[in-house]
Amino acid sequence: MPDPQAHHAQPEGRLEIANDRDAIMTLGDRVIRAAEEAGYSEASRFAVRLALEEAIVNAFKHGHKSLPEDETVHVEFEIEPDEIRIRVTDKGPGFSPEDVPDPTTEENLSKTSGRGLLLMRAYMTDVTHNDSGNQIRMTYARPESQS
Amino acid sequence: MASEDSRLRVSVEDGVTRVDFIDRNILDEANIKAIGEELNQIIESASQPKLVISFANVDHLSSAALGQLISVNSKVREHDGQLRLADISPQIYEVFAITKLNKLFEIHETASDAAGSFG
Repeated sequence: MPDPQAHHAQPEGRLEIANDRDAIMTLGDRVIRAAEEAGYSEASRFAVRLALEEAIVNAFKHGHKSLPEDETVHVEFEIEPDEIRIRVTDKGPGFSPEDVPDPTTEENLSKTSGRGLLLMRAYMTDVTHNDSGNQIRMTYARPESQS
Repeated sequence: MASEDSRLRVSVEDGVTRVDFIDRNILDEANIKAIGEELNQIIESASQPKLVISFANVDHLSSAALGQLISVNSKVREHDGQLRLADISPQIYEVFAITKLNKLFEIHETASDAAGSFG
């Protein structure tokens, strides 16, 4: 029997994801489809996708710098009518977000890294980390214009 | 540049090299590294390269992709060349604006505008 729910994206999920382009993009597609079904605009979906992918890529690039390549990161997402919540937890030692220099100052503008956090903060409504710094928690509140 | 694994489409006209991305999402390190290596080959094969990178196919990019573009820009300058970016959608342009990289790169509306801008 075909599953009548098969064409609907689950509005929440918890999964371990590998450092694999297709896996990350498939997850992005899944979250975005659920956000679309929940009525979020294209601009909102762009913001959420960018932040989600940025968080995962950053977790592997920085958090897992000293870990085996096949180590996974844990991703949780919840898409609700008024907000979207994403958590990405890596298995690394964590970092202090306040130690990340402002990448937009003139002396840092030509540096090749350090922009991920800035972008996540710009696109999401709220971005926090756990105390040990290996988990990023992001919330996107639905703009009033879309409600 | 036409290898099966190529992540770029490259064309040369009137001494200007135009590069288009094949991927719609320039995301992960492996992908970005491959793109960087291809671009480096292009830059190194020309003296004073004139390079236009078109984002016409690109829906998403990560901060790691921005980092690679900065490396490409430095490499082009080392070779006394010039780099222009073009065909950037409003959503992607916002990423450049937030990071203030719209000040670092010379960005044109279209690839033909960019090609016409070289002195």
